Amino acid sequence: MFFNIALYVSLAIFGLGMIYKISTWFWRSIGIDVSHISTSERVLAAIKGILQTVCSVKIFTIFKAFLLDVVLQIRVLKENFLRWLMHMLIYGGFTLLLLLHALDDFVTQPLFPDYASTLNPFMFLRDLLGLLVIIGMGIAIYRRMAMKIPRLKTNPMDRYAVIILAIIMFSGVLLEGIKITSYSKYQQMVEEYSDTDDEEELKALESFWVKEYDVVSPNAKGPFDEDILAQGAEIHEMSCAACHSRPGWAFTGYAVAKMTKPLAGALDRAHIMDILWYIHFLACFFGLAYLPFSKMFHIFASPISLLANAVMDKESSHRANIATRQVMELDACTHCGTCSRRCSVAVAFHKFGNMTILPSEKMVFLKEYIANKDVDDKTLKTIQLGAYLCTNCDRCTVVCPVGINLRDLWFNVKEEVIQKDHPLPLVLSPYSFYRGVDGQALDPEKYSIPLNGARRAIVDRCELISTPEKILTLTPVNRQFKGQVDLSSQGGTYSYCFSCENCTTVCPVVQNYENPEEVLSLLPHQIMRSLGLGLKDLALGSNMLWDCLTCYQCQEHCPQGVKVTDIFYELKNMAAKEIFPELGD
Amino acid sequence: MKFSLFIGCTIPRRVQQYELSARAIFKKLDIHVEDIREFNCCGYPMRNIDFRAFVLFSARNLALAEKQGLNLMTLCKCCFGSLKKADYLMKNDVTLRNETNSILSREGLEYKGTLDVKHFLSVLFHDIGTSTLKERVTRSFKDLKIATHYGCHALRPSDIMQFDNPVSPVLFDQLVEVTGAKSVDWPLKLECCGAPLMGINNELSMDLTERKLTNGKESGADYLCVGCPWCQVQFDTVQEMVTSLRGTNHHLPSVLYPQLLGLVLGIKGEDLGIDMNQMDIRGLEGFLT
Repeated sequence: MFFNIALYVSLAIFGLGMIYKISTWFWRSIGIDVSHISTSERVLAAIKGILQTVCSVKIFTIFKAFLLDVVLQIRVLKENFLRWLMHMLIYGGFTLLLLLHALDDFVTQPLFPDYASTLNPFMFLRDLLGLLVIIGMGIAIYRRMAMKIPRLKTNPMDRYAVIILAIIMFSGVLLEGIKITSYSKYQQMVEEYSDTDDEEELKALESFWVKEYDVVSPNAKGPFDEDILAQGAEIHEMSCAACHSRPGWAFTGYAVAKMTKPLAGALDRAHIMDILWYIHFLACFFGLAYLPFSKMFHIFASPISLLANAVMDKESSHRANIATRQVMELDACTHCGTCSRRCSVAVAFHKFGNMTILPSEKMVFLKEYIANKDVDDKTLKTIQLGAYLCTNCDRCTVVCPVGINLRDLWFNVKEEVIQKDHPLPLVLSPYSFYRGVDGQALDPEKYSIPLNGARRAIVDRCELISTPEKILTLTPVNRQFKGQVDLSSQGGTYSYCFSCENCTTVCPVVQNYENPEEVLSLLPHQIMRSLGLGLKDLALGSNMLWDCLTCYQCQEHCPQGVKVTDIFYELKNMAAKEIFPELGD
Repeated sequence: MKFSLFIGCTIPRRVQQYELSARAIFKKLDIHVEDIREFNCCGYPMRNIDFRAFVLFSARNLALAEKQGLNLMTLCKCCFGSLKKADYLMKNDVTLRNETNSILSREGLEYKGTLDVKHFLSVLFHDIGTSTLKERVTRSFKDLKIATHYGCHALRPSDIMQFDNPVSPVLFDQLVEVTGAKSVDWPLKLECCGAPLMGINNELSMDLTERKLTNGKESGADYLCVGCPWCQVQFDTVQEMVTSLRGTNHHLPSVLYPQLLGLVLGIKGEDLGIDMNQMDIRGLEGFLT
């Protein structure tokens, strides 16, 4: 009764959870240009897309991806053999256990009419599969705890997944072990299956089971008489042997039985067997009910992601379907950390300590963010830096074992976070190259908002740039600022400048404009002079810094050895930190 | 001859034909390369934001290559410039080196400063040599006029890069002439392609690209030739963008040097990714004799 109630409750939670989670794929979104696509449009587009794919030659691509990527997990194998082995053991072992053992009434029994859970080969197979899962889990724990894989982060969800699995597996093995020695279980079986009521015969059978089947009986203890054992064996052959193989075949449970044998009587009286049984099935039901909300949801989302990855691309797929796919991909992520291992900028994490620089941790952030986009200022800046500090090298997308198109996801995430109020200096760096080349589809007005915002934020802090009519006060010189510039060996070279203007003359950016001062505010030689005069506002606030190509013509042609371009770099660093102190020192 | 090969971030994403054609050349010329999977970005885009972070990026790569005991070869001029610059700073600034090494030590890495950073073109010019290349050439271009684009970050700052004479370089022109093509003189040869400002100030970036394209065309070039993925994107993808956005059609396609060299070494066009360029460069094969 309790078992059935618990089963139906957990099944109901599981079902509702699945419906809820899958529905979020259609009403949540990432990126500024997809938020207006309605849920109904997305559902229709998905149905249409699936039907079109299924009814076209692409179905063969789907089959191939299913076999190679989903069943055989070739992508994981390419990355690392140990990981592949780990995952195959857990997922293969657990799936078979689920079918053969947990669903035996529905799968094994109809397939094999002679099935009994205590009979070989089923009894042996169950233990073998259990052992495989336990070995897989051992590798998982070893990888996460002992191997110290760089940048592999383990969060509470990863721990939950291992713990729930461990509870299910170990409670199962222990339960089996205790059952082997349990006298009450033995009595129960005798009542159910034996054909005799004769005291003598029952005693003989008990002796046989104590001797040969490791039951620990409070009455019968060896050594036994050969005759009695022979009689027991005869009864055993008639009543038991057809449904019960020798316990040694259930080798994991048998090991437990051997170890716990001295305590078997006490354990039996304490009803440990019942307690373990409750733990075992309640853990299974809890895992089932919580599955849609846990990392284990990837069992469903990851294969879908892999199949979508096989047939979808930015050019030919419907925008609504791409929006849906991107939300689904957040659920497909297993937090395996492959992306962060291969990430081209992961080393920046060591410098800035910002976890969201790592792609795997960005995914963790996004899972929460997509449910509640109302983030505080600090969190916004964290994700701005984490998202934009990316060279778009594609490595994460290439290596992702579940086929998440991180490239397109990052594009939308970046666009969403840089369009928010807070200016990000990183947009004024080659990190923006992708936007220049791929951003043609973006609304031109929105395109320039982050760029202008960052420039304006810098100018706003530089009074002399925004109010050119203001009269300069030459004293006192801003010594703190000069000290900062003088600190580096290249920065200090500005003092050699004798205003020959060579730097300005050779600058291709200056040459590009009829009236360069109007556009660039200060020209290269003027910036060098501003430094000499300690005029921080002028040195940091001019457009010239951000319109510098860094082609090093100025520096190369300086007769005085002033490191003009390198000084520009240092000034840009200072300006960036003025508007974004989170960059640190 | 063996190097660790530094591919960088732009090539795998946007200019895969550069890697493809370069590897075809390595094979042909017995240049052995080792791929180090742990390499990260050279740090170039970081330079505007945080100089010390940029040095950390580069130093990690240098330390990884050092661990293998190999000199490092880059295909990208901006990676080259950044790695060389960081190498120079790490050698000369003890405080910076200690600070960077202390971060690297968390991964068990250490920058020692024992390797050479070389660009692909330098390797071809200095380590292989134009005379060897001429011996290996099986075909030759006739009447083909090429405008060489050197790429800023290889040439300058010359005291650190040591790539070639920064005012009148010859290395790339001689490499191009190995193929039988003529390297034309053009006034803006040493100027920037405009790529560093793409995404920051697109109009300015395209202005500068257009100036170079106009100048190259006026100087009689049939094609531009480059040895850097950023320059290639600018002259290839962005040139097409210029045509569609501004309606100015310069039509001066850009070819990557290993593609040009590969054709005269008898490598098939498809193995050089000739079709992977945005602008059609198959016309090059018409100049072959």
